[in-house]
Amino acid sequence: MSSRGEFHAARVYATIRGISGPLLFVENVQNVSYGELVTITTPTGEKRRGQVLEASLDKAVIQVFEGTRGLDITSTTVQFTGETIKLPVSQDMLGRIFDGSGQPIDGGPPLIPEDEFDIHGAPINPYSRAYPSEFIQTGLSVIDGMNTLVRGQKLPLFSGSGLPHNQIAAQIIRQAKVPGKEEDFAIVFAAIGITADEARFFRTEFEKHGALDHVIMFINLADDPAIERLLTPRLALTAAEYLAFSLDYHVLVVLTDMTNYAEALREISAAREEVPGRRGYPGYLYTDLATIYERAGRIHGKKGSITQMPILTMPHDDITHPIPDLTGYITEGQLIVDRALHRKGIYPPIDPLPSLSRLMNEGIGAGKTREDHRQIADQLYYAYAEGKSLRDLVAVVGEEALTARDRLYLQFADRYEREFINQGPYEDRDIEKTLDLGWSLVSMLPEAELKRVDPQFIKKYHPKYRGQKPAE
Amino acid sequence: MGEGLGRIIRVAGPVVVADNMRGIKMYELVRVGDERLLGEVIRVEGDKATIQVYEETVGLTPGETVERTGRPLSVELGPGLIGQIYDGVQRPLTSIQDLIGPFVKRGVWAPPLDRKKKWHFVPKVKKGDVVTGGDVLGEVKETPLVIHRIMVPPNLSGEVSEIVSEGDYTIEETVARLKTSTGEAEITMVQVWPVRQPRPHKGKVPPDTPLLTGQRIIDTFFPIAKGGVAAIPGGFGTGKTVMQHQLAQWADADIIIYVGCGERGNEMAEVLERFPQLKDPRSGQPLMTRTILVANTSNMPIAAREASIYTGITMAEYFRDMGYDVALMADSTSRWAEALREISGRLEEMPGEEGYPAYLASRLAEFYERAGRVEILGSQPGRLGSVSVVGAVSPPGADFSEPVTQNTLRVVKVFWALDTALAQRRHFPSINWLTSYSLYIDTLDPWYLKNIDVEWPSLRVEAMTLLQREAELQEIVRLVGPDALSESQRVILEAARMIREDYLMQSAFHPIDTYCDVRKAFLMLKIIIEFYRRMNQTVERGVPLAKILELPLREDIARMKIQPSETFEEVAKQILQKIDEEFKRLEAEAQELVEAVSPT
Repeated sequence: MSSRGEFHAARVYATIRGISGPLLFVENVQNVSYGELVTITTPTGEKRRGQVLEASLDKAVIQVFEGTRGLDITSTTVQFTGETIKLPVSQDMLGRIFDGSGQPIDGGPPLIPEDEFDIHGAPINPYSRAYPSEFIQTGLSVIDGMNTLVRGQKLPLFSGSGLPHNQIAAQIIRQAKVPGKEEDFAIVFAAIGITADEARFFRTEFEKHGALDHVIMFINLADDPAIERLLTPRLALTAAEYLAFSLDYHVLVVLTDMTNYAEALREISAAREEVPGRRGYPGYLYTDLATIYERAGRIHGKKGSITQMPILTMPHDDITHPIPDLTGYITEGQLIVDRALHRKGIYPPIDPLPSLSRLMNEGIGAGKTREDHRQIADQLYYAYAEGKSLRDLVAVVGEEALTARDRLYLQFADRYEREFINQGPYEDRDIEKTLDLGWSLVSMLPEAELKRVDPQFIKKYHPKYRGQKPAE
Repeated sequence: MGEGLGRIIRVAGPVVVADNMRGIKMYELVRVGDERLLGEVIRVEGDKATIQVYEETVGLTPGETVERTGRPLSVELGPGLIGQIYDGVQRPLTSIQDLIGPFVKRGVWAPPLDRKKKWHFVPKVKKGDVVTGGDVLGEVKETPLVIHRIMVPPNLSGEVSEIVSEGDYTIEETVARLKTSTGEAEITMVQVWPVRQPRPHKGKVPPDTPLLTGQRIIDTFFPIAKGGVAAIPGGFGTGKTVMQHQLAQWADADIIIYVGCGERGNEMAEVLERFPQLKDPRSGQPLMTRTILVANTSNMPIAAREASIYTGITMAEYFRDMGYDVALMADSTSRWAEALREISGRLEEMPGEEGYPAYLASRLAEFYERAGRVEILGSQPGRLGSVSVVGAVSPPGADFSEPVTQNTLRVVKVFWALDTALAQRRHFPSINWLTSYSLYIDTLDPWYLKNIDVEWPSLRVEAMTLLQREAELQEIVRLVGPDALSESQRVILEAARMIREDYLMQSAFHPIDTYCDVRKAFLMLKIIIEFYRRMNQTVERGVPLAKILELPLREDIARMKIQPSETFEEVAKQILQKIDEEFKRLEAEAQELVEAVSPT
């Protein structure tokens, strides 16, 4: 590719025939490669970047990342570089801030690259993948206890507008660690079409906790060109792959907000007049999202890992909307930020019932968290589900119709929300504490109700047998 | 070749158009561009051909050449398939890793079968024997579980003019020569077969044996036959993949082919990590010794994803032709359909429903029709083999009215509907017992009568009736509260709850419960139904239900699922005896009470 790059280097064309939305149609070109990077020079001399979406013998369709505003067909020129889009990478990227197309915007010195990587990456050979199994402690009980995150997993936050997903993400970034290990960790943060306020919030968070040296930020704000959003997560993941698989870092990648990414994809698709799929999103939305989300994991023989936490806001809190729906089909579970819990003042308002961590079983148990983890989590889950469904029944028949047992479950559900799910934004609970808290809560139920836990664990962990006072 | 090289004139995603292609055939395999990427012709127009490329096309430039191969996309079939992991066009992912490391890049190729490995060949025919397509020339013990039969290719027949003696040979060495009507043919241990062309057989025979899966809800209520077709639709998080893994692990097929089609990379990693450790319940051998994996994960090229299910089913047919029962799991057919949709979109075809091409239904039907129980080729009549297919479907928003689910339902005979609400209640497997069905029930009943018990069909019907009644009663509870129910209606709710929790719920992660022998399943169901009948009787005689629910015996019933199959007959006997004693005691107590109150 590089030799061809030199050969192409001088080829500049001023033969734009049409401009439509983010697309340029260029004629009388030669030897244009599919996917090639293009530099566009506007009438005022400004440089923009684009990529070839379709290449024919003498024509090319180009998508312009920084938008087509101000471009014309008489004096705008297009240069084909013969390269695919690459990100120069180096360890010095840690602590730096880049814009959504990979240019430094923190006023720091220019980067001296150690290598250059194609931002589209390459799929990990399934045979080379190591199955994720290392517990990450986030310090949040509802995650660690009920929907455990493991290294190399991709676990998204499904949220809605006005919900505190940013606070939750920030807290996870602050607190996430593998207990008992001191390793090189890094955070790659990609802001995709979020507001300047939100971006500032994260930046301040990182600064306040001295974490900035471990963070690489890529920022595409709401008022930055939408098409650039197609690049931002790929740049972030390319940097993450370099850190993880070339430099042995354990990387946590936070992508927010993937809804904006999908919107940008829809915009391009509409401009190309493609046959739309559901709700106007292109039919290849699943595959396209997969090329982002699948860039997580661990590889046999490599020390580092990539754990992904994409955040998306569900339009109208609708989980069947194509963006959360297709995301859920690709990611290894989901954490659902729930509006009803939020209204009750519970933080973090993550509802454990519809949430799921598919890799949890691998990451917990004796030697990883604690032997009773699976069973106490199941018991808590069952009891909370029971309490919640009784709430629905109470709404119909009134509380008088309930048995004493049912009332106990109702109380359990309330206390579980207030004491287990609920915690402070700066409260970092270790896994022992989370599990003990779970035991203390289930101890308000009669022992005969604890069917999901092995009697030997009851003897070992139930407050009654540990000389503690059971919950009243 | 002769016709010369084609020339790329347009590139858009995985679709490439080339000219100077006059004379090219539909579905012919071509090599595209300077890197000789694999592609397949999917449309011909004058001297132009449209090609779907199985590898990433970034960097392809119009003007580069297209080379014809003269043959369609094919797979290699021979010893060395078992235990392998392939991508959608049968590139061995193990060799690819050795060649280029952990990331799959384009332009690499490695032979699907090891050329150097020697296999111990035992001849089964002698010089002078007359053989026809499908006849076994010799055998190779490929793994402890699989005898690989080396067959005469389907289109050949003649007299054996030479057969090698027992010994070690590579797959490329000639093991036999045939004198055919058109001359002499050399036969090696490898056959090459085009993936889109079904391998021939003598005809389909009706399936009459269940493919036992060790999953109670399936084996009892919704069985699939050997040679049958089933669909598992379900929204995300309903356990499709766990279900497919369970079937791949425990189904009593001889060969398992698992096609990971556009799904997660980590799921394939999980299979690769677990299967070599898990043991087949019948033979005690590692499950990997009867399994072939085809992995084309969601981020790998989509044209290869489209090909992957054909690659899988062609290998399945090949083992069927040896007389084996093969089961193929495809996870997920929706991703395959999406690949079809994407390529169709790039061809600018007129879209059908939800953007899927109008031929979606016929392609699905063609694929599922390659399953079946058949009389296999060969001079000996009556030899049978089967391919069963279980396809997962991932309907957007868990809405089963979408085209892929609906078109699949038109061709499959078993429908295991996974239910999001059940999954959220952590009821696994989350197969909804009210909406699922199996059309094999009647044809399989004779097998159950003969091999399990004469009571089987009636128990099944009784259990299903209870579940149906439960759904109706729950409707009443939802409207007017639980107080409105009579004591006998509560008995039904209790019995149904036992069926759900103590029978249908089955943990894929419990070492014993993960696989339930069908005999054990029968006894478990018998116990629950017996408990229900006695409960009914006893309540009619005036014993309050609450008293029955206090019986510690219920704990024994709840723990049945974690009792090992080998000793279960004995356990069942004890429980049945206990049921008899306990209920007799309750009835006697009630009788005493009645007598005490009304002395006559």
